[in-house]
Amino acid sequence: MAKKEYSFYPGCSSQKGASASNLQTSVDAMCDALDIQLNEIPDWNCCSASIGYGEGGELPRIALSARNLALSEQHNPGQDLVATCAACWLATREASERLRGSDQLMAETNQALAAAGLNLEPAKPQRVRHMVEVLIEDFGFEALGEKVQKPLEGIKIASYIGCQTNRPFGIDGESFENPVYLDKLVDTLGGDTIPDYETKVQCCGGALMFSEPEKSQELVKGILEAAHDNGADMIVTPCPLCQMNTEVYQDQINAKHGTSFNMPVVYYSQLMSVAYGKSAGEAGLDGQIIKARKLENIAGK
Amino acid sequence: MSDMGSVAIEKYRNNNYRNNFLHEVEAHVEGGEWVKMCMQCGVCAGSCPLGPHWAHPPQEIFMMIRAGKREEVLTSDSMWMCTSCYNCIVRCPRGLPITHIMHGLAHYAHRLGLAPEKQPTREFAKLFWDNITKNGRANELKMGLSLYFKDGFGSGVKEAMKNKALGQAMMKTKRMNPMEFFGGHGVKDKSGLHAMLAKAREIEDAKFEQGK
Amino acid sequence: MADEKLPVEKFPIEKKVGAYICKGCGLGERLEGAQLTMIAERDAKAHIVREHDFLCSEEGVKMIQDDIDNEGVNCVAICACSRRAKTEAFRFEGVAMSRGNLREGVIWVRPDTDEARETTEEMAADYVRMAVWETKFMSPPVGNEEAACQRDILVVGGGVSGLTAALETARAGYPVTLVEKTGQLGGKAGQAWKAVPDRAPYKDPVDTGVAELITACEADDNITIHLNATLTKTAGAPGRFEADISVESGTTVTARFGAIVQASGYEDFDANKLSGLGYGKTPDVVTQQELEALARAAGGGPIKRPSDGKEVKSVAFIQCAGQRSNKEGLLSYCSGHCCATSIKQAMYFKDQNPDIDTNVLYRDLRTPGAGGEDFYRSGQEKGVTFTKACVDGVEVAGDGLKVKFEDLILDQDSEENVDLVVLAVGQVPNSGVNIDAVPLEAEEGSEEGIEAKPAEVHVPLESILNLDYRQGPDLPQLVDGFTDSHFICFPYETRRTGIYATGPVRRPMDIISAREDATGAALKAIQAVENAAVGRAAHPRSGDLSFPQFRKEGCTQCKRCTVECPFGAINEEDGYPQFNESRCRRCGTCMGACPVRVISFENYSVDTVGQQLKNIDIPDEFDEKPRILVLACENDAYPALDMAGMNNIEYSAFARIIPVRCLGSVNLIWITDALNSGYDGIILMGCQKGENYQCHFVRGSEMAYQRMSKVDDTLQSLSLEPERVATYEVAITDIERAPQLINEMAETIERIGMSPFKF
Repeated sequence: MAKKEYSFYPGCSSQKGASASNLQTSVDAMCDALDIQLNEIPDWNCCSASIGYGEGGELPRIALSARNLALSEQHNPGQDLVATCAACWLATREASERLRGSDQLMAETNQALAAAGLNLEPAKPQRVRHMVEVLIEDFGFEALGEKVQKPLEGIKIASYIGCQTNRPFGIDGESFENPVYLDKLVDTLGGDTIPDYETKVQCCGGALMFSEPEKSQELVKGILEAAHDNGADMIVTPCPLCQMNTEVYQDQINAKHGTSFNMPVVYYSQLMSVAYGKSAGEAGLDGQIIKARKLENIAGK
Repeated sequence: MSDMGSVAIEKYRNNNYRNNFLHEVEAHVEGGEWVKMCMQCGVCAGSCPLGPHWAHPPQEIFMMIRAGKREEVLTSDSMWMCTSCYNCIVRCPRGLPITHIMHGLAHYAHRLGLAPEKQPTREFAKLFWDNITKNGRANELKMGLSLYFKDGFGSGVKEAMKNKALGQAMMKTKRMNPMEFFGGHGVKDKSGLHAMLAKAREIEDAKFEQGK
Repeated sequence: MADEKLPVEKFPIEKKVGAYICKGCGLGERLEGAQLTMIAERDAKAHIVREHDFLCSEEGVKMIQDDIDNEGVNCVAICACSRRAKTEAFRFEGVAMSRGNLREGVIWVRPDTDEARETTEEMAADYVRMAVWETKFMSPPVGNEEAACQRDILVVGGGVSGLTAALETARAGYPVTLVEKTGQLGGKAGQAWKAVPDRAPYKDPVDTGVAELITACEADDNITIHLNATLTKTAGAPGRFEADISVESGTTVTARFGAIVQASGYEDFDANKLSGLGYGKTPDVVTQQELEALARAAGGGPIKRPSDGKEVKSVAFIQCAGQRSNKEGLLSYCSGHCCATSIKQAMYFKDQNPDIDTNVLYRDLRTPGAGGEDFYRSGQEKGVTFTKACVDGVEVAGDGLKVKFEDLILDQDSEENVDLVVLAVGQVPNSGVNIDAVPLEAEEGSEEGIEAKPAEVHVPLESILNLDYRQGPDLPQLVDGFTDSHFICFPYETRRTGIYATGPVRRPMDIISAREDATGAALKAIQAVENAAVGRAAHPRSGDLSFPQFRKEGCTQCKRCTVECPFGAINEEDGYPQFNESRCRRCGTCMGACPVRVISFENYSVDTVGQQLKNIDIPDEFDEKPRILVLACENDAYPALDMAGMNNIEYSAFARIIPVRCLGSVNLIWITDALNSGYDGIILMGCQKGENYQCHFVRGSEMAYQRMSKVDDTLQSLSLEPERVATYEVAITDIERAPQLINEMAETIERIGMSPFKF
């Protein structure tokens, strides 16, 4: 199979020493196994996520995403823009769609972009895709399954999709209330699924984990509890903010609520890397604050 | 309302259920043109993860706008409860972009200076924007620190200590870098980025002034 | 019982019965054909008995037809599947026919096991006996000799409903006479400025279309219009109605009609009865209908308020004014159109000037119909404010009005200052005299029959039809003055055959619904004319040619039949019932009511059922084989039991099911005879009765319940347990429940023991 190339938008949290650096590590390993080449957009900037709304107006926020789109068009022409972070994907895709839907917005945005020496070509929009869409649409579960070397046998995994990978756009063909692609992926990799995991699309609090920690941790508690009650060994998620919110506050939740959660939360790309025979390090498992022992064991086999 | 003068009350009353504020929202708030389309089913309120914490759930905010309750809406901290989970958007039977409208209202209230002071999400949102626009990329370390120290040094140290274990764990797993404190990640073309944002803001401000 | 005498004289006394036993559909494998043949021959004394492997095949049908043609068979008993199946195949002219239900009624409800075989065979044998005996007592209906065909159709009322009915009827080729009370056609809708849109994109008010409708009616040669005219007398029956049309000027013409469409419309609820909403106190509080006049006066320009002619800058619409209320004197129901009407009227203002504030204060916004939701959205898009509110009152305040209300979304008391208030008052049907509110002279003190209800109508009303019917001058009403019809199955069919109610007199409705409704009623009227011409019944026994006959010498002039007939079909003549065949719906309620059993149909009589239940084999008390008689309404209960068979839901092999036309046709003699001859249990299955009735003959099942309340006396006199007789309301969907009711009776008998009356 020929190498597949994409224009890649890693996003702030995937940078070295940032909160989702292990996502990037495992994405690299996964792409290596699948022969995917990610061409990073040169000098990309932050998408301003959803919380950017407070201070940033509509046009400045759109301009941020438009800058990335313009750079991507310029440097990686003809390639689909692919993001691994839910917020990056959502903001970029939404900006792209809004720009396409309004000539006035496009004109104003290009005025702003001109100040940075850039321009967006209204006629040739790039597709803005989530990495998961690439896996499902450009490879398919069958092809993804063919690469499995070490099936994730005996690991029961709760598929936690969260919000922004799922709404408002979602992965094509999936329902908002019960998307099943992560379950299908876990199944493909040989793990055990929890089809009735009831909090799979519940909110982790998002950015409000910083401003409203108590309210948000209450939400995370529910997500962990459901996974625990369903007998999950670990949670898998596609979203860096979901991963962080559900993993790193477990101590604080335990202290406040008298619970004893110790639930590993990994990325789908980590599951795939391990199943594809990559080492624990290549799969970024050293980035887990709560160690995913069962996954490490399989990686070490 | 009780401490307003009687003239003000009369004036206020005259605006009851008039479209004045609705028109203002339509002109200045992102997604504001959708407010009139709400049919008051309440699915948004029932779908919100922080639903119980909203003094006025979205459909009520929409009704308040239509009832002309300008001050009550813009000073409310309800919109700041939005976690951007987009559940309301996908479930709204009328297809209102509720999340965007809530963001838009919060932003508008913030911009007018009417949003509640010290509202934590308002403060964090400002901090976040300043952080990411400074270098073009997020500096997570500084974001955390400035969040802890937003209320001064004393409480900042306390907050920081509370989250010390968390920070250490993040650093240990190489998911936080203390060196970020001295610069950290950023775009190369900072001046271009800043110029772009300034221009965008300028266009938006001009429209805002025009629409007043 | 007059079981020795054959009831109908027209049919040859010499009856030759052919019994045909089918062996298809598994009947041959499950049942002993030879045994059944023997029973048909020896027990039931059929003259010819034949078995066939596939009776409904061309060959099987031909076999029967050959016997009819060559052997003189004039009574056919088909022992095969349910009477509801294969009706196309088993259709023989000029002979009486009965059906023994061996398939749905026997093999499909019984397990195919060795231990069940004997009781299953006994069941089948009984159904063969029943079929043969039933047909022996039937005659093929010869039709009504008095059938008349007057093709003219009378339309009462010249509003949208009446005009539409007239036009549709005329276009179908039937002459129409339209009678309008006022001097002008068009009714309420004709006074409206615009109408709610009836087609996509459902965005803006549209022309009412009434002017075109009037022009079309006036131009149609088939339509004769009488203005300022009323009906002073209406007599006759479908096919031969005779109406006196009296014009205001004093002249009266009498004309004959085949059918009548009553489109007498509605009046607005009197807003003066509403307290606190300011109506009558200031001219700036108006009804929706009054706003139409203001809008017409404005002609698309600014609407001006009545008090001082100031241009209206703000307006509040109060929905459900005096409607959906449980308060005395107000309307309990929703009139359906008013939300859309207020949206339309708010658009009158918004379309003229978008800066006018329009607030619709609703309790529940209801916009039924295909475009209702789109129209609501369009109102929102145009900036109409919709407020879920409970209105406390309207006051005159300074230069304008102050509406006080509780905002139910904001959960707070609110108020709004406006220039004009519009009240959405409801529709009150214009249905004439409530005949049930008038005590019927002959029946006072009677325990049976229609009991006089307390008067619901406080204001004496003029009659619309002035029917020369024993039962009263207008159509019977169900509730709130709306005319009674089986609104699910036969919406236009009133309780006076050949008279069809349409438009808001039938239920509240808007112009769009009224036009559709009137078209339906027009088609029903045409159907009634054509049915009357050949003596056919209307719904639900459409096509039935039989009609009730009575033996005058036996009649005691008790008048029960005339009172209990739900359709007012029976008049009196010298104290005896006088049947108006074409008014009759063939339910047999009169037959069930008759204490001396002199009323019968050619194909359905006290004997056709009585002979069946008499010829069922009743085993001896010590056989431990009880018999349960099930009299099941053919409209719902019998099909439900058939469907139980199709679903292989088992029920007791001791049940014997006889379909009846309506529970109202059940004569108490059947119950008494059955108890006397040793039946252990009796079940009556009919449709739902009461206000939300499902009875296809409106009151039949109600009558049956009343009559059955007397059965306890009979049971007592026989020293039998009351549990042995049960009456149930069974719906067509009770596929599991109906068999269960039978099984419960079997259990009851097991508990209380067998009937001692077996011999």
